Amino acid sequence: MRRSVRIANTAVIALIFFGGGAVKQSSFAARAQQKTASAAEVKIDNFSFGPAAITVPVGTTVTWTNRDDIPHTVVSTDKVFKSKVLDTDEKFSYTFDKPGEYPYFCSIHPKMTGKVVVTN
Amino acid sequence: MSRKTKDELLHDHNHDGVDRRGFLKCMAWAGTGAFCVIKGGVLNSYSLSRLSEMNPADAKGELSFVQISDSHMGFNKPANPDVAATLQAAVAKINALSTPPEFLLHTGDISHLSKPEEFDTVDQILKSATAKDVFFVPGEHDVLNDDGKQYLDRYGKGAQGNGWYSFEKKGVHFIGLVNVMNLKAGGLGTLGQNQLEWLEKDVKHLKSSTPIVVFAHIPLWAVYPEWGWGTEDSAQAISYLKKFGSVTVLNGHIHQTMQKVEGNVTFHTATSTAFPQPKPGEAPSPGPMKVPAEQLRSLLGITDVNFVRGQHALGIIDANLG
Repeated sequence: MRRSVRIANTAVIALIFFGGGAVKQSSFAARAQQKTASAAEVKIDNFSFGPAAITVPVGTTVTWTNRDDIPHTVVSTDKVFKSKVLDTDEKFSYTFDKPGEYPYFCSIHPKMTGKVVVTN
Repeated sequence: MSRKTKDELLHDHNHDGVDRRGFLKCMAWAGTGAFCVIKGGVLNSYSLSRLSEMNPADAKGELSFVQISDSHMGFNKPANPDVAATLQAAVAKINALSTPPEFLLHTGDISHLSKPEEFDTVDQILKSATAKDVFFVPGEHDVLNDDGKQYLDRYGKGAQGNGWYSFEKKGVHFIGLVNVMNLKAGGLGTLGQNQLEWLEKDVKHLKSSTPIVVFAHIPLWAVYPEWGWGTEDSAQAISYLKKFGSVTVLNGHIHQTMQKVEGNVTFHTATSTAFPQPKPGEAPSPGPMKVPAEQLRSLLGITDVNFVRGQHALGIIDANLG
């Protein structure tokens, strides 16, 4: 019990020492919360992206996984991002730092198209 | 395939549901490749897997060559865990031809992932072919990650642009086109303006009696645009070839044989030496068809194909060889 109090005190001192303790703490919390919501998955199956369109908050990292027997790529139509060729079970991730619409396609099989919508 | 046979097929071929307009003339999983004979300026194409039944007289013409396609070296999934062995089997068939072909055409997807060792393996296997000259065009799998630089270094010496070129053999004008570069979202294969302009100039000086053979990876006709099986600007390319009496277009990409005649132009696609793909629209996607191991080689045409696909479609190849 005593020990845990001492740790708590140390923590408070540390926060004060770095200044603006309360504010810092809440921004940490926000960031942690964002982190839990900041990953999204797109699967590549049967020559299609699933889901073909996703909406995610700014800062989200989207990961594509190729589950086909045939290689695919994930290439932004507006040249924002471009994966190397993904063989079976290989992944590609991109973190979206700005809001907007990001259409993309497979440059090997251009009939395969998808879209990431990034919101504030 | 004689002209007469083609006409018969048009009338006789009405069970598939895909060829009612008379466009698709035959579809079959026959052939590791195609043995092509040019006779009287007209190209006749025979499945490599059925050549034992071919009348030897049909194999002789002014010029013969073999088209192989879609080796996908490096592919190792259940649809065919040993694509090197099936390519070797194709070469063995080529070497067993009673009329040795003058050269080979490879219509792309030499490799599966554009890896140097994949190209090396294909080159090594093709060295064992008795026909020493091999003419290539790239498939989309050959130009991954580097915009086709490696492909050009290996196979594109003396070629134009992304690897297109033409050459003459015994009075026949061959044109290798590239339609797998700079593909646009939502689109099909693309030749592009530069290549089209080159093509127009390339054929301008030729006499209209010159037999023309065009080869490219993705079909230069709309086989099934829903799966990307077609080329956006192929109509323009074909329009430059209107004046010629005999035009043959050889493609790969769809891992099955199809033929179509449009005026003076005959279109063919070749099977893959690696794995079969489904007929247009008959599967959720054009991915590799997984078949029991004992059936695989028959689907690649290395052994008799009669058991595998519908009797009807295969009967056409039989008729052609009769």
